[in-house]
Amino acid sequence: MKFVGCIAILAALAGTALATEIPQADRRSGYSFMGPDSRAMQDDDTSNPGMLWVLDGETLWKRKAGTAGKACGDCHSDARVSMKGVAARYPTFDKALGKPVDLEGRINLCRSNHQQAPPLAYESRELLALTAYVAQQSRGMPIEVGNDPDLAPFVAKGHELFTRRQGQLNLACANCHDDNWDRKLAGAPITQGQPTGYPLYRLEWQSLGSLQRRLRACITGIRAQAYEYGSPELVELEAYLMSRARGMKLETPAVRP
Amino acid sequence: MARPVLIALLATAAFAACGPAGAEGLLPYTVAGDAVPDSLTGTKGDATRGRALIVERSSTCILCHSGPFPEQAFQGDLAPNLSGSGSRWSEGQLRLRLVDASHFDPATIMPSYYRIDGLTRVGNAWRDKPILSAEQIEDIVAYLVTLRD
Ligand code: HEC
Ligand code: HEC
Repeated sequence: MKFVGCIAILAALAGTALATEIPQADRRSGYSFMGPDSRAMQDDDTSNPGMLWVLDGETLWKRKAGTAGKACGDCHSDARVSMKGVAARYPTFDKALGKPVDLEGRINLCRSNHQQAPPLAYESRELLALTAYVAQQSRGMPIEVGNDPDLAPFVAKGHELFTRRQGQLNLACANCHDDNWDRKLAGAPITQGQPTGYPLYRLEWQSLGSLQRRLRACITGIRAQAYEYGSPELVELEAYLMSRARGMKLETPAVRP
Repeated sequence: MARPVLIALLATAAFAACGPAGAEGLLPYTVAGDAVPDSLTGTKGDATRGRALIVERSSTCILCHSGPFPEQAFQGDLAPNLSGSGSRWSEGQLRLRLVDASHFDPATIMPSYYRIDGLTRVGNAWRDKPILSAEQIEDIVAYLVTLRD
C-alpha cells in the first residue's frame, strides 16, 4: 500500500514537471531554425520544390474525376478565392460525421460524396498535390483552429497524447518540443514542432510530405507503434498542434531540412 | 543463425522462471541504495567496445549527450557532457543510471536502457526487448568509469 502511494506521488511529480504551453509571443516556426540556404529555397517560388506539387494540384483541381464526372473547380470554382483561409481552419469538426476531419480527409470526403471517386491514399502524389494547392491559398494567413467548442474535446485528446510518454525510449512529444526546443538532438535543432508548413518539402525525404507523415516519423523515432494514416489519434494530434499554433502564419509549401 | 537464436530462447525461458513479473528476459539484478554494485552479466565489460557503442547512433546516447568524442560531428546538448562521469559517479551508480535513470529522477528524459515494463505502445520491432543488452551495458559502464576528467 505504501509502495503504491509512493508511485502515485512520483507520477504526479513527473506530470507537473512538464512545462506548460509555449506563450504566443515565443511561438516560432521551424523556418526560423533553418540555415540561410533552406530559407532562401522556401522564400523563392522558382527554387521551392514544393511548388511542383502545387502546380500539379492546380491541374488536378480542374480535372474531372469519378462517376459524377465533376472537377473540384466545378463546385468551388476559382480556388484562389474559394479556398482562401480554408487550410488555416483545419482540422475542423464535421457535424455530420461527429468527428474532426483534416484537410486530406476533407478532400477525400469530396471525392467520395461529390465526385463518386475512390479516396486517394495518404502520401500519394495526387493527394499531396491537391492538399498543397488548397493550403497554399492560405499562405501568410494566421491559423485559426481552436475556437470551436465542438472540436475542443478532440484537441484535448491530442494534447493528452502530446504529453504522454510512449515507446521504448519512453519520451513524450512535449519532452522535446515544449521542454527542449532551444536545444540540439545529435547536432540538429529540435524545433517547437509547429505544423505551419504542411504539406512541406523535406530535403531528407526528397519529397513533399504530409503532417501525418512527420508525426509518424517522430512516433517511430521514440520507438513507439505509429498510428495508421487517417487514424483518429493522428487527426487529434493535428488538431492539437494547429490550436497550439494559433495565430502563426501558414507557409505551405514550406521547406525543411 | 539458428544456434544463437535457440540459445537466446533458452536463456529467456530460464530467466522467466526467476525474474520479477513483467520483466521476462531480463537478468535479475539488485539495487543497493543508488547503485547496482554487481555486474549484470557477472563479468567485467570491455571499455573499447563500450566507447564504440556510445557513439553508435542506434544506442541513442549522443543524440542527447556530448562527450570526449572529437571525431563525432553530431552530438546532442540535451544532457550533461559525459567527460568526467567516472569521477562523479561510482561504477555501481553508473550501472543503475543506465539500467533505470528514473531511479535518480522520476521526471528524467533519459531512457531506462534495461527495462521492459511500465512502457506504453512500444513499437513491434522493439517490444519486450531492453534498449541495450546486459553485455552492452557492462561494456558502456566499463568505458564510463575510465572518463576521469
Ligand atoms: C527525441 C525528440 C523528439 C520527440 C520525442 C518528438 N520529436 Fe518531433 N521532431 C524532433 C526533431 C529532431 C524534428 C526535426 C526538426 C524539426 O523540424 O523540429 C522533429 C520535427 C517535428 C515536427 C515538424 C516541425 C516542422 O517545422 O516541420 C512536428 C510537427 C513534430 N516533430 C511533432 C512531434 C510530435 C507530435 C511528437 C510526439 C508524437 C514528437 N514530435 C516527438 C524531435 C522529437
Ligand atoms: C533522451 C536523452 C538522453 C539519452 C538518450 C541518454 N541520456 Fe544520459 N542523461 C540525460 C540527462 C537529461 C541526464 C542528467 C540527469 C538526469 O536528468 O537524469 C543524463 C545523465 C547521464 C549521466 C550522468 C552524467 C553526470 O555526470 O551527471 C550519465 C553517465 C549518462 N547520462 C550516460 C548515458 C549513456 C551512456 C547513454 C546511452 C546508453 C545515455 N546517457 C542516454 C539524458 C539522456
